[in-house]
Amino acid sequence: MAEWKMICRVEDVPRLGSRVVKSAAGDIAVFRTSTDEVFALRDACPHKGGPLSQGLVHGTQVTCPLHGWRLHLDSGEAVAPDVGCARRYSSKVEGGAVFLEI
Amino acid sequence: MSKPRLVMVGNGMAGVRTLEELLKIAPNLYDVTVFGAEPHPNYNRILLSPVLAGEMTIRDIILNDHDWYEGNGIRLHLGNAVTRIDRVQRRVIATDGTEAPYDRLLLATGSNPFILPIPGNDLPGVISYRDIKDTDEMIETAKRYRHAVVIGGGLLGLEAANGLRLRGMDVTVVHVAPWLLERQLDETAGKMLQKSLEDRGLKFLLQKQTEMLIAGESGRVAAVRFKDGMQIAADLVVMAVGIRPNTALAEAAGIYCNRGIVVNDTMQTYDPKVYAVGECVAHRGTVYGLVAPLFEQGKVAANHLANFGIGRYAGSVTSTKLKVTGIDLFSAGNFTGGSDTEEIVLNDAAGGVYKKLVIKDNKLVGGVLYGDTADGPWYFQLLRDGQDIHEIRDHLLFGQAHVGDVGHQGHSKAAAMADGAEVCGCNGVSKGTIVKAIKEHGLFTLDGIRKYTKASSSCGSCTGLCEQILSATIGGAYTPAASNKKPVCACTDHSHQEVRDTIREHRLVRIADIMHFMEWKTPDGCDKCRPALNYYLISTWPKEAKDDPRSRLINERAHANIQKDGTYSVVPRMWGGLTTPDELRRIADVAEKYQVPTIKVTGGQRIDLLGIKKKDLIDVWRDLDMPSGHAYGKSIRTVKTCVGLEHCRFGTQLAMSMGVKLEKMLFDMYAPHKVKLAVSGCPRNCAEAGIKDVGVIGVDSGYEIYVGGNGGIKTEVAQFFAKVKNDEEVMEYTGAFLQLYREEGFYLERTCHYLARVGLDYAKSKVVEDEENRKALHGRLLDALKDAKDPWKERIAGVERQEYEPLSV
Repeated sequence: MAEWKMICRVEDVPRLGSRVVKSAAGDIAVFRTSTDEVFALRDACPHKGGPLSQGLVHGTQVTCPLHGWRLHLDSGEAVAPDVGCARRYSSKVEGGAVFLEI
Repeated sequence: MSKPRLVMVGNGMAGVRTLEELLKIAPNLYDVTVFGAEPHPNYNRILLSPVLAGEMTIRDIILNDHDWYEGNGIRLHLGNAVTRIDRVQRRVIATDGTEAPYDRLLLATGSNPFILPIPGNDLPGVISYRDIKDTDEMIETAKRYRHAVVIGGGLLGLEAANGLRLRGMDVTVVHVAPWLLERQLDETAGKMLQKSLEDRGLKFLLQKQTEMLIAGESGRVAAVRFKDGMQIAADLVVMAVGIRPNTALAEAAGIYCNRGIVVNDTMQTYDPKVYAVGECVAHRGTVYGLVAPLFEQGKVAANHLANFGIGRYAGSVTSTKLKVTGIDLFSAGNFTGGSDTEEIVLNDAAGGVYKKLVIKDNKLVGGVLYGDTADGPWYFQLLRDGQDIHEIRDHLLFGQAHVGDVGHQGHSKAAAMADGAEVCGCNGVSKGTIVKAIKEHGLFTLDGIRKYTKASSSCGSCTGLCEQILSATIGGAYTPAASNKKPVCACTDHSHQEVRDTIREHRLVRIADIMHFMEWKTPDGCDKCRPALNYYLISTWPKEAKDDPRSRLINERAHANIQKDGTYSVVPRMWGGLTTPDELRRIADVAEKYQVPTIKVTGGQRIDLLGIKKKDLIDVWRDLDMPSGHAYGKSIRTVKTCVGLEHCRFGTQLAMSMGVKLEKMLFDMYAPHKVKLAVSGCPRNCAEAGIKDVGVIGVDSGYEIYVGGNGGIKTEVAQFFAKVKNDEEVMEYTGAFLQLYREEGFYLERTCHYLARVGLDYAKSKVVEDEENRKALHGRLLDALKDAKDPWKERIAGVERQEYEPLSV
């Protein structure tokens, strides 16, 4: 059963940056946008498995560090014309803390 | 509040392109209505000739299908021409009585074929060549009749003639001038073209004026008679004697027109609520009939319709390509020349190759290519950029391959390549894939090819080839952007040059300020522009601007190189390639302690530890206790040295010592791209200084300095820059040259590309010939690097700690 788990404080993730969360289900990348929205995706690009947590965040997208695929943070879908999807995890911020549903 | 209403009259390429540009930058601004006289959605008119020739079908050339209009919420009236504009009540009225009110009106009425005012011009079987209907009629006629006469030996006429011939008709081309395509070709090329078309079975009657068209018994046209009394049989007459801008509608509404609808540089007509683009427009007295200028106009019009108010259209230089398969022909600019121009000509009549380049004040101003047009786009780029060509003049005629500016040598004839041939070696993209993407997605730009196929999007060495394929596939519709005007990325219309200038002029020191000031289209840029802006800031204002780690790509952010499995590689600095037993022991200890799977000696004379986990990086650096090698940065990498006078019996200078001094001076220097140096102690050049950004070669009397070499994607031999006397001068000249590159280079432009853009002579004038400026440049470099810190030491001390520490649930 998935449940909400506290991960860190919002400020632990840099604006327009990301962190890796080690979990039993594998690595999860947590992103923070310039407007302090927080998103989480499985830390593997659908293209060749690149660690998305090492990418560059812009708008509500991240660019994979290996071959430059762009993915939508809110859905995990690749930006067209590329096709693919990284698993998305529900996330929320409450009282300045970041929670993931895992 | 309801949205303002935009009505477009004319559903052709220029108009719809304008809408596309508008939707891109201001997607929901207008309620859009489009009227098209033809019953088809927007199609690629340029490709009617391949349709006529049987190489493509109508379906292949549709650019925007009904779904596109629907998906963008555009109300589309097809087969319904607008008959009147009511400017007082701001509405248009169409043939069937439909009315549409507007707040902004966009006229894109295109042009009409010119019909010769001669008797018989309205007979059945007499047509023009303009749209799908004409094309269909020609295809049908070719099935049932035999004799076709094409009046007009211009581009359109020849394409029509070729298509009709391929459809089995007996075709005669009648032309009033002494040679074909007299507006695109000089006489020599025109005659060569005529001969190869005659070899394909076309017949020509030059310097003939048509007097009348004569009807046969059925009432259909049967013959063409000329003013000299000659008469030939004709079941089909195609008039291709030019086009006239379709200004009737605008004129009737009282909008000022002369040759076309008159517009200013923002594509506005004399009625400020009415814009016009395309073939119907006269801009600064010129009417354009080729598609590339129309697209530029569309971009400007869209910018103003979106209320951005910054685009200006300043006219276009155009180039021409004939879309007759197997005939290669290209012309651009002023190809006839004049008293103040010079010409370089190659004329191989038997081999069917003719090239003429027209040069004025060391710049290419025009050219005609026949038979071998592979270099057409390159010449056109030189022409548009106004680049000084005197340094490459003696090779110019032999093309880009001979000035060492293409990657895959010998593969430059894009048109002759097999479909299966690989174009992009990085992403494994074949020519066929690219051509298919161009046709299926209606691509007109290199960016489009990059987006849909990934070709040319990695190392970029196939960029020239992709451009050639693009131009071979869509002909005149492709115009390379002037390289110094290309936008940084899709987030902005501004070029690298404009961004650099603005940062300097307005003292901008934060990325957010640049984006705000220059009206970025995205909230915080992308992975293309943010690293560029970050570099421009720290190189322009080394003291004031603060580095933004979030605008650096992963390698520069983590200070290590990411590998395909997500691990990192670590390359400690070994000054000048020198090391010690102590360092080697520490490296060996680290390799064992962290179970480094691969240890490799690099090309830059140091040691690479591969396969290190990110969380171990800081510990590895601490245990190594060596400075960062910056093997991950757009920065100084290494100074490679030979053993020099220190040991070598041939050495003339202390190469190792010189190399170490240079490397220490440049430590932590970021640049537009990576920077590699080498110092050799004698002209045998064991340190391979000839392929480095700066190569220093010791000679008995001092040092020779070479710049702009490159051993990467395409090998570039460094060019001689200066001869200097001693170590201090080497430091000063090298430092000044690199500072010039740091201050003026575009992001991701290596020194060889920077020099290709500004010219070696320019760099010499700033560094070698101007002592004061050289010292100032060198001074600025030293000043910027004065407080350089070792990034590894900083991170050991705790800087950016969160980058390296994973979180856990």
